[in-house]
Amino acid sequence: MIAYLIRRLLYAVPILLGVNLITFALFFMVNTPDDMARIQLGAKHVTAEAIARWKVQHGYDKPLFYNAQAEGGERLTQTLFTQKSLSLFALEFGQADDGRSIAREIQTRMWPSLAVAMPTFFIGLAVYLATALMLVFFRRSRLELAGVVMLVVLMSISGLFYVIGGQFVLGKLWHWAPISGYAPGLEAWKFLVLPVLVGVVSGIGESGRFYRALFLEEIHQDYVRTARAKGLSEARVLFNHILPNAAIPILTGVVVVLPRLFLGSLVIESFFGVPGLGSYTIDAIQAQDFGIVRAMVFLGSLLYIVGLVLTDLSYTLVDPRVRLQ
Amino acid sequence: MRFLFIVLALLLTGCLVGCQEPINSPHLAGLAADKVLFSAFSERPKHLDPARAYSENEMAYLGQIYEPPLQYNYLKRPFTLEPLTLSAMPEVAFYDAQGRVLPADAPAVRVTTSVYTVRLKAGIRYQPHPALAPDRVLTADDYIYQIKRLADPRVSSPIASLMGEYIIGLNDLGVAIEQKLKRGVAVDLVQEPLSGVERVDALTWRIRIKGKYPQFLYWLAMPFFAPMPEEADRYYGTALMRAANLTLDSQPVGTGAFYMAENDPNRVMILRRNPNYHADYYPTTGEPNDAAAGLLRDAGRRLPLLDAAVYSLEKEDIPYWNKFLQGYYDTSGIASDTFDQAIRIGPDGRPDLSPEMRARDIQLATTNRTSIWYLGFNWLDPVLGGVHDPERARKLRQAVSIALDWDEFISIFLNGRGLPGHGPIPPGIFGFKEGAINAVVYQPDGRRRALAEARRLLAEAGYPHGRDARTGAPLTLYFDTMASGPESKARLDWYRKQFARLDIQLVVRSTDYNRFQDKMRKGNAQIFEWGWNADYPDPENFLFLLYGPNRKQGKNGENAANYSNPEFDRLFTEMKSMDNGPARQAVIDRMVQIVRVDAPWVFAYTPKAFGLRHGWLANAKPNPMAHNTLKYLRVDPVVRQAYQRHWNRPLLWPVGVGVLLLIAMVYPAWRLWRRRLRMTAVEGR
Repeated sequence: MIAYLIRRLLYAVPILLGVNLITFALFFMVNTPDDMARIQLGAKHVTAEAIARWKVQHGYDKPLFYNAQAEGGERLTQTLFTQKSLSLFALEFGQADDGRSIAREIQTRMWPSLAVAMPTFFIGLAVYLATALMLVFFRRSRLELAGVVMLVVLMSISGLFYVIGGQFVLGKLWHWAPISGYAPGLEAWKFLVLPVLVGVVSGIGESGRFYRALFLEEIHQDYVRTARAKGLSEARVLFNHILPNAAIPILTGVVVVLPRLFLGSLVIESFFGVPGLGSYTIDAIQAQDFGIVRAMVFLGSLLYIVGLVLTDLSYTLVDPRVRLQ
Repeated sequence: MRFLFIVLALLLTGCLVGCQEPINSPHLAGLAADKVLFSAFSERPKHLDPARAYSENEMAYLGQIYEPPLQYNYLKRPFTLEPLTLSAMPEVAFYDAQGRVLPADAPAVRVTTSVYTVRLKAGIRYQPHPALAPDRVLTADDYIYQIKRLADPRVSSPIASLMGEYIIGLNDLGVAIEQKLKRGVAVDLVQEPLSGVERVDALTWRIRIKGKYPQFLYWLAMPFFAPMPEEADRYYGTALMRAANLTLDSQPVGTGAFYMAENDPNRVMILRRNPNYHADYYPTTGEPNDAAAGLLRDAGRRLPLLDAAVYSLEKEDIPYWNKFLQGYYDTSGIASDTFDQAIRIGPDGRPDLSPEMRARDIQLATTNRTSIWYLGFNWLDPVLGGVHDPERARKLRQAVSIALDWDEFISIFLNGRGLPGHGPIPPGIFGFKEGAINAVVYQPDGRRRALAEARRLLAEAGYPHGRDARTGAPLTLYFDTMASGPESKARLDWYRKQFARLDIQLVVRSTDYNRFQDKMRKGNAQIFEWGWNADYPDPENFLFLLYGPNRKQGKNGENAANYSNPEFDRLFTEMKSMDNGPARQAVIDRMVQIVRVDAPWVFAYTPKAFGLRHGWLANAKPNPMAHNTLKYLRVDPVVRQAYQRHWNRPLLWPVGVGVLLLIAMVYPAWRLWRRRLRMTAVEGR
């Protein structure tokens, strides 16, 4: 298994390199360092000298891939690509265009992201599984029919509607929770109620139906019939037999997301004013801050790869037939 | 699990019913009971270093923390400068090339150097700060240090090059620092010489300016010229502080009425009253209506009147508006989505509050912004410009100016919040003449000229019915704009339709900010839209946007239309160093008339700012030039809390309905569950 892990991690290097190259090319094709400087320096009294100075200060005064004026190995190292993109492999994120340390920002902002994403994820998972199991339990009844119709309705509604509807009904009409905002520490709880609720409810339709389909596939298997023949109750059949056997496809979707939880949600954080990494990324895209975007894309790719490896590992835990070689 | 659920339910229900503050309050507990202003920001301020900050949203904080030598009187109009940290207004002396003193009214051509002598009040103290000794007082050295910082290439001040044109020796200082840095030599700004600034004593300094530049006083009211204690610069200059994101750009240190107590631009920024703030009092006189409006109730009171101000990050308009209606923000602007809810336009066309707002004791304040919006024609363009065929192009520009109906634009897209433009100077700035109309576009009775006149001008320009008389080709013009996306579509369609009234085809070239700026710098645009927000209330700050040597193409100036008229340029040079008075007004009138006839811009509109505030917030008078207005505001926290409780009582009936619904769902499920558990494999056994 260790050999497998090492091999997977080595595969990650060219993938991350490719992601970096694409991000780098996209950004520098759309935005020259001069453009970045102008955005940062504002609209008034911007001189050519100020732009040149900004580029030097932020390290954007170097050529893209090959520095003909440097000597030896520095021809490759004294370039924008090496300085700005490859340094990410050492987890050196550098500074944002406003001079703030990106690593520090990530450390600060990951906690609000986690505060929203963790409960949304785990409560959501529990709710989705429970909904799907219930629908399977009540299969071929009017309850199931009503439940499935409800799920189809829920999944047909845009995610933004849940956000705006939640803020309107719970925040504005009923006065149960702040419409948006965030506070650190224990005071955060009242700000989390609404985004977590919206996050969970908006996912019920799709995930509930997906898990229901997985369970329905299992319910006709021979081992289920055997379990029933042993005289087990339907509840025990569902929880002790069907749930573990449906775990592999569930884990495929679930474990891969886990490491990325702290990157937060772009939509939820923006609309609810949660100062997490999701809103950090959105702000950076709007401000065309290449430093932050490149760091977040790199981190996202890295964590996705970690998630995939963890998924493979989790298979071995839930299914003894799986061996990683 | 069941126990946990019960505890949570009790907590929630208990808090819904009995908490001191409503549970939907977005603020930290207890704050609303104090003299605290609650407001919001939609975008984090990029810079809080007074040498770098230039945007309005940055000035909103810096104005409260840093104290430049001068300030604008809060109530007086037209905008009037007065001492802030000075014992008196700066004294200015003029000298000729031989160093002889000139009289105050000496013509600008004779003045080689202006010397401003600036004297501080004694005993002004800084906010408490770990970098500063507790008895640290404000000195002339702090102001001189900041002027040097403007030249420091590491600081990248946006006004470095502009001030370099005026303050003697500033450019040389910048070059000297840059060279030292390149050689790896440490730079100590205290020791660096700046020939144009002289320390007279601990409270007095002199600034030497090239030529005559009366507008310099306005710069002395901006945070660029606020004092910076060198200890603070050193304190935040270490690598350790930078790694912790603690720099002067995020941690302001000043003598102002407030200091930055919490700077978390991801969430909230809190200003608190500076316990060391010097003696400063609410003005005792204002405009004639101010007393009736209750703006002089606090006359003579010691400032500031607030203990703190909390600014929360609020990116979206709708949550901001809803929280304002819930009483959690004290002030709010009016987005176009909520305009109809907030404002009713009366039969006389005047805006007034809607009954819903009145019922909540919300107040409306309107003011003309010191800004202009215009549609520019590129002077270098062969069709519309003034270089290739000036007479023909002038008529074409005038025809377009008549055809674009800005009253309609203001009504449709600004909800009436704007004044149609008649010239390059907005109301409130010296040089603007109330009631004076642009005779090229308007008739003497104030009505817009008929479209037939525009068509006649178009025909005279060689484009009868929108076709080139020589070739028969339809006239197509190109409009460059940064506006794109569905929200701009209606506006861009409006432009197309206005041009189509003259049978001119308008091609809209939407582009992003960078490409647009690039086109403007290269002079590649044909028609474009642009605006300008006053740095200071002087006509020079608007007329320089049309000054030939200040053109964008090739010179990177602010004259985006690249307009050039030798007579206008000559008058501008004359006007800019004159004192306000009839002679200056006469020169300005001639300049305005020249650009009305030349029509390098279509003078679009001056936006009007509409601001709402709750009745518990007093002394709010819009002042677009002043930045340090927070110290004059007062809140009544008792009234605010009472309203907040009244407006935010949680509704409990949905809980009952929810429980009933749950029972209605659970009961049949439970019955079915029981039936399924008892079910046998074979029916009937």
